[in-house]
Amino acid sequence: MKTRTIAFAGNPNAGKTTLFNTITGSRQHVGNYPGITVERKEGSVDVGDVRLNIIDLPGCYSLTAYTQEELVARQVLVEERPDLVVNVVDATRLERHLYLTVQFLELGIPVILALNMMDDVRNKGMSIDIAALAKALDSDAVATVARGGEGKKELLEQIVATSASRSGDWQPLVISYGPDIDPVLEQMIDIIEKQQFLTARYPARWIAIKYLEGDEDLRRQGQCDAETSARLDQLVQRLHDHCLKTLNSFPEAIIADYRYGFIHSVLRDGVVTEREHDARLDMSDNLDKVLTHKVVGPLLLFALLYLMFQITFTLGDYPMQLMQVLFNWLADTASGIIPPGYMQSLVVSGIIDGVGGVLSFVPLIMLMFIMISFLEDSGYMARVAYMMDKVFRMFGLHGSSVMPFIISGGIAGGCAVPGVMAARTLRSPREKLATILTAPFMPCGAKIPVFLLLISAFFTEHRAFIMFAITLTAWVMALLVARLLRSTIIRGESTPFVMELPPYRWPTLQGIMIHTWERTWEYIRKAGTVILAISMLLWAAMTFPALPQAQQQHYQHRRAALQQQVAACSDDLCRATKADMLRSLEQDHNATALRYSAAGRLGIMLEPLSKLAGFGWRTNIALIGGVAAKEVIVSTLGTAYSLGEIDSEESSPLAERIQQDPEWNRASAVSAIIFILLYAPCFVTLVVMSREASWGWAMFALVFNSAIAFLLASIVYQIGSMV
Amino acid sequence: MPSSLRSLQVHDKAVVTAVTVGGEMGRRLRDMGLVPGTEIEIVGRAPLKDPVALRLRGFTLTLRNNEADFIRVEKRVV
Repeated sequence: MKTRTIAFAGNPNAGKTTLFNTITGSRQHVGNYPGITVERKEGSVDVGDVRLNIIDLPGCYSLTAYTQEELVARQVLVEERPDLVVNVVDATRLERHLYLTVQFLELGIPVILALNMMDDVRNKGMSIDIAALAKALDSDAVATVARGGEGKKELLEQIVATSASRSGDWQPLVISYGPDIDPVLEQMIDIIEKQQFLTARYPARWIAIKYLEGDEDLRRQGQCDAETSARLDQLVQRLHDHCLKTLNSFPEAIIADYRYGFIHSVLRDGVVTEREHDARLDMSDNLDKVLTHKVVGPLLLFALLYLMFQITFTLGDYPMQLMQVLFNWLADTASGIIPPGYMQSLVVSGIIDGVGGVLSFVPLIMLMFIMISFLEDSGYMARVAYMMDKVFRMFGLHGSSVMPFIISGGIAGGCAVPGVMAARTLRSPREKLATILTAPFMPCGAKIPVFLLLISAFFTEHRAFIMFAITLTAWVMALLVARLLRSTIIRGESTPFVMELPPYRWPTLQGIMIHTWERTWEYIRKAGTVILAISMLLWAAMTFPALPQAQQQHYQHRRAALQQQVAACSDDLCRATKADMLRSLEQDHNATALRYSAAGRLGIMLEPLSKLAGFGWRTNIALIGGVAAKEVIVSTLGTAYSLGEIDSEESSPLAERIQQDPEWNRASAVSAIIFILLYAPCFVTLVVMSREASWGWAMFALVFNSAIAFLLASIVYQIGSMV
Repeated sequence: MPSSLRSLQVHDKAVVTAVTVGGEMGRRLRDMGLVPGTEIEIVGRAPLKDPVALRLRGFTLTLRNNEADFIRVEKRVV
């Protein structure tokens, strides 16, 4: 079987990913480009006896290396040299989309133009002479409708035909850039060809153009031949001065002008018959009149966020309970099979409780991601950034920071892991950093159970209000801390906002499902790896070192004695009292053992400090465990209050036990809620942060966020204890 | 009489006469299609008057007021 490598490329919103999904179906593989955080999507399809390996390049507007996505697209084309590029364009907006096409043609790689959204073209009464367009661009072109699968067969056949005839045959398109640029360009090409400067990778003309455009990436590569690079720079500088003096413009601006001019001339000669009216834009404009209205827009946004919150918690509750029942059953079964002892304790309390706690959130998180994917794919998310930019800019952030915040749990129930990853859309390292550092403040799905536990113990009657107040506190803190960071350690200019507002469209089910699954899988993987390891580690820390022999024997003797007394009892009352005594002995044993364990000692050691915020040693253990994963807090509290080991049906629920514990009161509950909301991001988030920023910044978040959380929690507790 | 894009009102139409910024910002604006000769129409402003949304080449672009300052336009009288 023959193999061909094909790259799919195009502007964001051209329907590229939809086309990719339609063609490859489930035969996809998602990874990352080495060293950076742009997703690499690959898939394959067989056409006759040819296997097509398709790389779905990240969406980009240009190849100028403005964003990481553009840089990646360029690198893949040059380094992996795919047989051809399928350039997906929105056929209703050719003038805009061909700007990228022209740059592929200038690079010289064989291009097939996929004229997508042809149904819209027809609906508008517009017509495109595809053959004439293909001829003008000296490339092949196919009409497609990605959503309906129309043109899929033709496109695949064209790919096979073109890759057979033109594979490896790069023919750079030559566009004239006018009387000022062209002569200098020729001079530069001359030098480049003579010195064989980077010509192994790029066409000479392309190198010269990139130098004129002031391309940093290519300049860096040019350092391997610093002398030639300097000669080119000299020519560029001279032309730059000349253009500024005579035309009051820059070479790169003139190049862009001529590119658009070229596109104009291609489209003019009867290739496209002009539309009268764009119904899709009309529809979008009308929607925008309401959805981004100065009063109604923000109100609708908040209503929508509230609705998503409601849906997640009401609808998500049932599958979540089902998962919990499932894991309880699993724990019971395991207890039945494995004889009592360390092994049983590890499997039941350590592994099943720990991992089960995380996995039972999967339905909730999936539901959340379905809704977020819907908003993203429909085009609404871009409007959210548009509406919120002014507010966010006041805090040193960017309109696009809204999304990472929302995904991290801005509407309670998200997860900071995909949230931090969503900050990739932010171009400026400073705003991105401020967003990444503050997004973990949001009440993610793993923090919710702890809040619910504390609320049901102390504020049952105000459940909804407190949850809302928690969410609000998170937003206020995130914005304030971002402002603080942006005016101190990450000071600097804000990034250009310039972005497209795509027309609204109904998302495809397949697209939403693939999106949701990718993100949910990330979460499940975390449960299977990191949380599993952490659960086992925590279990060990809470179990070892075991009590000394003498003490263990002491408990065993007392237990045996009590059991004998129970057997000797003649009436029910006696039996019940003795059983109670036996149970409290068991609890005493567990508490003493926990105190003696590594985790217990650490908790007690920290008590003098943590008392400032109202936390006892048991809470300390749970909070330390929570640095690993927030899900662990509730289960650790459960173990620490010696619930897990004894018959849970007869003992009171954790909420009640906490309520009765003299260490807990309303002030310490509020203090704990604030601390848990704000303190160190969980371990998985830290790993992601280190990938998106650096290990240094991840460590900074660990220390800084914990310090802020502790400070605030202490203040609240001290004030709360006084009143 | 050329003015800055910031001064335009919603529904105003204009033609870009110059983009007076180089570097990264200028590159981004050009990549998005804002070059001299381009016809634009202001289609909306965000709830707090900033950013501004405009229509050009059949799509909608949004940018901040301080970015709009770099774009000189000639207003079309209707």
